[in-house]
Amino acid sequence: MTAPPSLEDLYLRMLQIRLIEEELLRAVQDGRVTGSTHLCIGQEAIPVGTCAALGPNDPVVATYRGHGWALSRGVPAEELLAEVFGRDSDLNGGRAGSAYLSGPQYGFYGENSIVGAGVPIALGLAMACNRLGGNRIPVVSIGDGAMNQGNVHESLNMASVLNIPLIVVVENNGYVEMTPSATLTAVPAAARAAAYSIIAMEVDGNDPLAVAATVSDAREAALQKSAPVLVEAHTRRLGGHYSGDAQQYRPAGELEGWRATDPLTLARSQLTSEAAARCEQQAEGAVSAALALAEGMPTPNVEEVMTHVFSG
Amino acid sequence: MSSRVDSSESSYIRAVNQALDDALGADSRVVIYGEDVAIPNGPFGATKGLHDKYGDRVFDTPISESAMIGAALGAAMGGLRPIVEIMYADFLMVAMDQIVNQIANTRYVSEGRLGAPLVIRTQQGSTPGSCAQHSQSLEAMFAHVPGLQIAVPATPQDAYGILRDAASSDDPVMVFESRRLYPTKGAVATGSGLGRVGQADVVRSGTDVTIVTWGTVRAWAEEAADHVSESGISCEVLDLRWISPWDRDAVVESVSKTGHLLVAHEAGRVGGFGAEILSSVVEELGPGLKGARRIGSDPVPMPSSPILSAAVLPSVDRLVAGIHSLLKENVA
Ligand SMILES: Cc1ncc(C[n+]2csc(CCOP(=O)(O)OP(=O)(O)O)c2C)c(N)n1
Repeated sequence: MTAPPSLEDLYLRMLQIRLIEEELLRAVQDGRVTGSTHLCIGQEAIPVGTCAALGPNDPVVATYRGHGWALSRGVPAEELLAEVFGRDSDLNGGRAGSAYLSGPQYGFYGENSIVGAGVPIALGLAMACNRLGGNRIPVVSIGDGAMNQGNVHESLNMASVLNIPLIVVVENNGYVEMTPSATLTAVPAAARAAAYSIIAMEVDGNDPLAVAATVSDAREAALQKSAPVLVEAHTRRLGGHYSGDAQQYRPAGELEGWRATDPLTLARSQLTSEAAARCEQQAEGAVSAALALAEGMPTPNVEEVMTHVFSG
Repeated sequence: MSSRVDSSESSYIRAVNQALDDALGADSRVVIYGEDVAIPNGPFGATKGLHDKYGDRVFDTPISESAMIGAALGAAMGGLRPIVEIMYADFLMVAMDQIVNQIANTRYVSEGRLGAPLVIRTQQGSTPGSCAQHSQSLEAMFAHVPGLQIAVPATPQDAYGILRDAASSDDPVMVFESRRLYPTKGAVATGSGLGRVGQADVVRSGTDVTIVTWGTVRAWAEEAADHVSESGISCEVLDLRWISPWDRDAVVESVSKTGHLLVAHEAGRVGGFGAEILSSVVEELGPGLKGARRIGSDPVPMPSSPILSAAVLPSVDRLVAGIHSLLKENVA
């Protein structure tokens, strides 16, 4: 990382993600989005802080909860919205939808709707970056629940023994779908990384500056030591697992309590009211412009539905 | 086994819930586990209330499909009767080794000294907006493997009865339920299973065309049959209910009467189980088969945009067109 990012800039980025996702939730409810969507509301500081610390060409791999990652890596908001709306976006032409979209032209190598599956893919991207040069370190985001998938552990061990620079960001948001994380995982992610002799770091995932600083250190360590680094970011999912989740499993009052550490609230409280208002105005304008563009995009061309199964 | 109780209207998912409840009640060796099945009552509600009623015989697991399914085999060898829920059939792919190399081989290779009395319940298919990794219909992939029994229930009654039969089978059963059908309703007699693994359901009899189907396409086949009856075409509709073992006799008997076969399933047409059925009928009937067609999803990953997925999935229109082209070809 060259210069540390400013909190105002990070707040602006987080706010844009928040506004986009709140709009998507309304869109699911009023039928503009067909199906469901997984939102990162409450977790925005992790993709925003991480991407602020990345090199310009570092590839990012995420999960179904990946809108924030796509946007942070540079996917234009209107393209993301159009893809989620099932329109003929420049990302995937409506083929991927909310939970599986990608934009490699921006360095975003894709969401994934199979828990844990992004980690071996990121390992391979890291092998390619390592071999082909260009000073690129891939980042893969997973949830804490994905730490219980075998292929994640196969990949961590393999990255360690093959000395592959790779950053694995584990977003520990308190829940694995509808079950509290702690009841499903014997040992936290950071401790499990240590078992593979992988450098592990922990960070407050609701503080974008702290995330940026930690990921910057992680990137440096990965490059210097030619090794994988795991960053466990502690956060809270401030909504349902997916858009239709009634969240009956939550203890009464939990969400209200968690809102006190909403990364947006925390960041805003550290800004001057003028700076906050500037960000809010800018974010609202950008998001409504993106929405208008997305809603104006055509539906996909059904005639082309069979193209791209193979090249050529 | 308790006696049959009165039929009552039930949703498909509620019928699954009742079957699981009754399976737990009928056999103390039955345990049920999966992701979010116990305390949260199941992602789709299949296990609602069961943890409350049966305690730690119904439990939540980490997201570890390979361990979940492999452990079902060990638990079955050790004397339990596990029923594992895999949230989406797509996630079975994470545990292929345990299913294909382990579970399927167990009885045969041990010369019957070991068995795998276990049930893998899952749900599958495309619903509008679902992504390519949450849309597939994968039953044919498993029907290819000897040693696995594969059921694809389409009605609340079958969802109940097949699951009871699966739970009391001494061999492994994979039950592919349908998410799209979960809210649909019908009469359900509870108390016992259907009693015959692999038996087809003759949904309606007819004289001109045999439609063989299962899962989500059953209802579309009935609609298509209604539609073409207006032009005087009489369809016999068979819901296979199981594709391994499958009711070859019922299909051959029907086609020897109608002479025309349309096989329709949501799963991919290419390499689909429809091809197996067609080949079997050709082998049995030779020139007695006057015409045949297969309908299934086009050979393309399932796109998420509803306008695109509708273009590649089977539909009532596609079935109607298939029936007409089948009979036209024969006349020409
Ligand atoms: C292999 C596989 N199993 C199960 C699922 C269903 N599923 C989707 S998200 C999820 C929970 C994931 O929890 P976590 O990894 O903590 O990430 P979070 O959703 O909290 O971001 C589950 C079980 C899936 N998509 N893939």
